Amino acid sequence: MKRFMNLRPSRGATLFLGLLPFIIVAVFYLVASDMRLTENPNDKLLPSMASFSEAIDRMAFTPSKRTGEILFIGDTVSSLERLGLGVLISAVLAMLIGIPLGFIPFLRAGLSPFVAAFSMVPPMAVLPILFIVFGMGELAKVALIVIGVTPLLVRDMQQRVSEIPVEQLIKAQTLGGSSWTIVMRVVLPQVFPRLLDAVRITLGTAWIFLISAEAIAATEGLGYRIFLVRRYMSMDVILPYVAWITFLAFLFDFMLKKLTYKLFPWYTAGKEGS
Amino acid sequence: MKHFFKSTSKFLVATTLIMSLSTSSLMAEVKDKFQVSWTIYVGWMPWDYAQQKGIVDKWAKKYDIEIDLIQVNDYIESINQYSAGKFDGCLMTNMDALTIPAAGGVDSTAVIMGDFSNGNDGILLKDKKSLADIKGQKVNLVELSVSHYLLARALESVNMSEKDITVVNTSDADMVSAWSSDEVTAMTTWNPQLSEITANNTNANLVYDSSKIPGEIIDMLVINTETLKDNPKLAKALTGAWFEVMALMKKGDEKALTFMAEASGTDLAGYKSQLDSTMMFYDASDAVKFADSPDLPETMKKVSEFSFDHGILGEGAPNAEFIGMEFPGGKTFGDTKNTKLRFTDTYVKMAAEGKL
Repeated sequence: MKRFMNLRPSRGATLFLGLLPFIIVAVFYLVASDMRLTENPNDKLLPSMASFSEAIDRMAFTPSKRTGEILFIGDTVSSLERLGLGVLISAVLAMLIGIPLGFIPFLRAGLSPFVAAFSMVPPMAVLPILFIVFGMGELAKVALIVIGVTPLLVRDMQQRVSEIPVEQLIKAQTLGGSSWTIVMRVVLPQVFPRLLDAVRITLGTAWIFLISAEAIAATEGLGYRIFLVRRYMSMDVILPYVAWITFLAFLFDFMLKKLTYKLFPWYTAGKEGS
Repeated sequence: MKHFFKSTSKFLVATTLIMSLSTSSLMAEVKDKFQVSWTIYVGWMPWDYAQQKGIVDKWAKKYDIEIDLIQVNDYIESINQYSAGKFDGCLMTNMDALTIPAAGGVDSTAVIMGDFSNGNDGILLKDKKSLADIKGQKVNLVELSVSHYLLARALESVNMSEKDITVVNTSDADMVSAWSSDEVTAMTTWNPQLSEITANNTNANLVYDSSKIPGEIIDMLVINTETLKDNPKLAKALTGAWFEVMALMKKGDEKALTFMAEASGTDLAGYKSQLDSTMMFYDASDAVKFADSPDLPETMKKVSEFSFDHGILGEGAPNAEFIGMEFPGGKTFGDTKNTKLRFTDTYVKMAAEGKL
């Protein structure tokens, strides 16, 4: 008898099964939205497709009445700037701190427990302190992302460096490498793709901090817009924005993956499809 | 595979049924259990007292119904939940009643206008002393709230408009800590944050407050119009309970006031100073006078125009008259075919005449 666990879907079936959850969610949404709208045509909780397209048209293609700018583009650009800068700074810091921590036992002994403890401080809980240290402008928003993401990356980097086989390090030393050359020629090339991997995983966290930062004080940004229109429950704006954020996050993740594979072909061996 | 589809379709049918059941509960009907949501604010603490001390229960029993007052932590969430049909009534300001439930198509009636802000909302400038100095500054405020409205009215008074400043949307919970940041130079907020900042910062100057626009920021009890039509008992019981507490407060009952002060996180002196900047209608007859005054439609017209200018009157609103409003004595504003916000004096009148 053929077991269920051994049946493989065909290409078409795979595509269909992959789409099925999306279709089910969409159908559920349409039914529920339709039911609420027949009762109250102005209901804001579950807007119809028509009001989505109107909202998208208003946000993304019509200049704003107040500023004359296209809100959607302005929001996206400023959010991506903050996110990109925050993640970039975090990644650089992770390399500068994480590699020495993993590589030099003296540093590790002194700093590792502190980094581990510091990474557990929830940044949102100490926001008032962050306001006073970083102010409330652009710097504060980038800082919140950096504070939220860097400790995670640092700990991951340290872990990856200490996982490098001792044999490699000994071999490099017998070939006359100094600590510096070994970092540059043995450690860095090996952990760099792993850093990119870690960045991919922490992107979700970075988005959370970005949206929270924009919710606290902002004049534009994707998170700002969502928290602003939440005030009058404009789900017709919020849901497309959420979809857009999801898409951007997915795109980032995908591009980082492709970049890693392109830059470090050896790293991809045996990892296809992750 | 067949079995799979069968069970899936069963699941779909079941969920659809459940969803239709839960939405049909939105439809008004005669019922005997009601939920009203409230949030912490100086003018709403009497509701908490009435609930905790059994005054609401007493009045509900008189009319043979049950009423639960539910405290929601986030003010906007409370109104949103009401608009979505989860609550039968909710405490909110006149402007939010227009831009959230009414703009969302939920027909609402303001049953009790309990007080108006008479200094509870204000504009602060750091180190500068006059309102005109606000030009060119970044102003931290909860965008599209009554603070925003107050700021617009203040700017009008010195011949400026929003173009002369930049608004920075800031959460009301973060106002106090935001003030200590160097970049924050101007702010519009409400009590208790407002008095917290002015009390602890010598560089905070109050340059404008809601006492300059008395009666324009109104705190009120709003009930879903359909629910109210089918269940006038709800409004009667709530009005009765409200004015029973008002009588206590008018007498200056220390016990009741201390209870309210503690529940809002301050002490008796702090609560009393907040009450000083709140125009409470302790007598039902004053509440009737306020509801019947010709100023109310004027105020709501201004609020509606402000809301339209800022695009918060809802989708497809072609002008400020898009949402119709109804006032006591047959007065109306805007499109009478789209009346979504009603002000009534029926119940406060009954209280004034002792007929509850």
